[in-house]
Amino acid sequence: MEKKWEEMSAKEKREARFKTWLSAEGVKFESPEAEDTYRKAIMRFKDAVLLEKTPDRVPIFPLGTFFQAYLYGVTPHECMYDYGKLLSASKRFLQDYKPDYYGSPAFIGSGKILDILDYKLYRWPGHGVSQNSIYQYVEGEYMKAEEYPALIDDPTDFWMRNYLPRVFGAWEPLTHLTPFPNLWEVVGVSGWMIPFGIPPVQNALKALIEAGTEAMAWIQQIMGFEMEARGMGFPTAIGGAAKAPFDILADTLRGTRAIMVDMYRQPDMLLKAMERITPLYIKQGVGMATFAGNPVVFIPLHKGADGFMSDEQFKKFYWPSLKALILGLADEGCVPFLFCEGSYNTRLEYLKELPKASCFWIFDRTDMANAKKLLGKRLCLGGNVPAGMILTGTAEQVKAYCKNLIDVVGKGGGYIMAFGTSMDDGKADTIHAMIDFTKEYGVYK
Amino acid sequence: MAKKDLVKTLADLKEKEALEIVESRLKAGDAPLGILDDARRALEIVGKRFSDCEYFIPDLVYSGEILKQITEMVKPKVKKGQEAKRLGKVVVGTVAGDIHDIGKDIVVFMLDVNGFEVFDLGIDVPAQKFVDKIKETGSKVVGLSGFLTVAFESMKETVEAIKKAGLRNEVKIMIGGGQIDEQVRTFTGADAYGKDAMEGVKLAKGWIGG
Repeated sequence: MEKKWEEMSAKEKREARFKTWLSAEGVKFESPEAEDTYRKAIMRFKDAVLLEKTPDRVPIFPLGTFFQAYLYGVTPHECMYDYGKLLSASKRFLQDYKPDYYGSPAFIGSGKILDILDYKLYRWPGHGVSQNSIYQYVEGEYMKAEEYPALIDDPTDFWMRNYLPRVFGAWEPLTHLTPFPNLWEVVGVSGWMIPFGIPPVQNALKALIEAGTEAMAWIQQIMGFEMEARGMGFPTAIGGAAKAPFDILADTLRGTRAIMVDMYRQPDMLLKAMERITPLYIKQGVGMATFAGNPVVFIPLHKGADGFMSDEQFKKFYWPSLKALILGLADEGCVPFLFCEGSYNTRLEYLKELPKASCFWIFDRTDMANAKKLLGKRLCLGGNVPAGMILTGTAEQVKAYCKNLIDVVGKGGGYIMAFGTSMDDGKADTIHAMIDFTKEYGVYK
Repeated sequence: MAKKDLVKTLADLKEKEALEIVESRLKAGDAPLGILDDARRALEIVGKRFSDCEYFIPDLVYSGEILKQITEMVKPKVKKGQEAKRLGKVVVGTVAGDIHDIGKDIVVFMLDVNGFEVFDLGIDVPAQKFVDKIKETGSKVVGLSGFLTVAFESMKETVEAIKKAGLRNEVKIMIGGGQIDEQVRTFTGADAYGKDAMEGVKLAKGWIGG
């Protein structure tokens, strides 16, 4: 009899998650070759990440946001409002460039939904930035300095009645709702419903219905593409997502300036808040990975990079909760994917605290030779192809750069070829060079 | 009680103590400009510690927060026309298509405390606006900031617009931000790039003097 999930070890859970991913449930492969390509790509990824054996060659995962569309002349505005254009460009990219994995166009999202909700945290094409610009974060204090106790007391209620009304104009009236746990017996039901009768609250609910309807239209098209891409032989290498607890505070809630001042003015509150929210993001990552049938949990890292804080600050404020997140996800059989833009040279020693093959790291400007030396036996490392070179360099330059990466970091396995950043735009010759060269030169003999 | 040293206290980022010193010096009738000058010297030390990797971005931001409060306390007491003399003028902005301001703001702040008169054009700045400001102010240094890769093209266009306006030999242009490196500098036609705010200050000092 098969073991129950809760009785399995972390390794067994991970193995079960890989098995689900490999099973490609619901995928109609367009040919036996496509099916073979699909499974080989997953095995290549697994071998590179788990460091148990050398893969057949270096896996190639060019991750980005708008670059596939950019290559085919589709603007960021079109990507967010005319899903069909985005998806046909994404499909052409797979046909023309043949990477090992596709990056989901779901990363881009729907501009129509942002319009309906009147989203304040970002500007997006045609809404605060030009139609040719990508979406961009708006710095601000979406949580006030004095609100730490409220967040720590009840994060869900904080999101519901403090945070969401600030980031969605349409959500603003929902501050009137009564806290959910206030409802406990028949005597309370009628009174608890009163806020739902207030006209602005009803309008807010109407906006949510409208956004939900659009979300269904959007996801149907996205899923259509995703299943087609898999059928063509390209797995996605991302199942779920989570964020470093410090970055949740720093990007989502307090903003960059405020968080830096908080480290001085209210360090204990900040630490307590991160401790409080860490399990929520383990839960998010695990939940999404389970739903997607794919063990990889994408974690974009932001404010802990070299220069963003001192070693002492990193050790105190950034690392403990990030480490707890990684370990918590790995413990549930997930494979955390740390996407590390900027450089991490002064942080590499901390990564030695992570168990072997518990996660993998895509680096941007980190010294890769040094990272390989320090961590190569422990963790799979990837990335480091510079955005600047891809966009302004030549194919020959890119090939030489990739050759060095494969020789040095790819030695013996444990390397994934990838851009250092999530690409917003692209250039055909250099991206072709990166992919084609790796397919040829990156084969392990 | 020995007179507490504002320069050292502020450079060590002791917010409460620094504000107390300012308050008692104002009460004692100290010259407001002297206090501001001490604050400026303290921030120069902060900048140096940043260059020496002793301080990092949070420390710069925090020093700015403290300075803001000191300035608010002292400024009302400064008589018009008494402001300190500046080293030279610098125009700074985040280029078209990009709305990131954290890095740009830190550069503006460090140039300011190091004695430059800074014209901050803000974010998503069209090339023509840079050209107009250079003409208007006669600034000798221009700083272009950009976090996104789309900024590469905007920086190039801005440098070209400055050239077209006949101002290329009048100004030195420095660029900086997330993905900027020597390869990108060559692409944009700028004179130099700085990997952080203090390198920007160093470049400006090298070009303007001071």
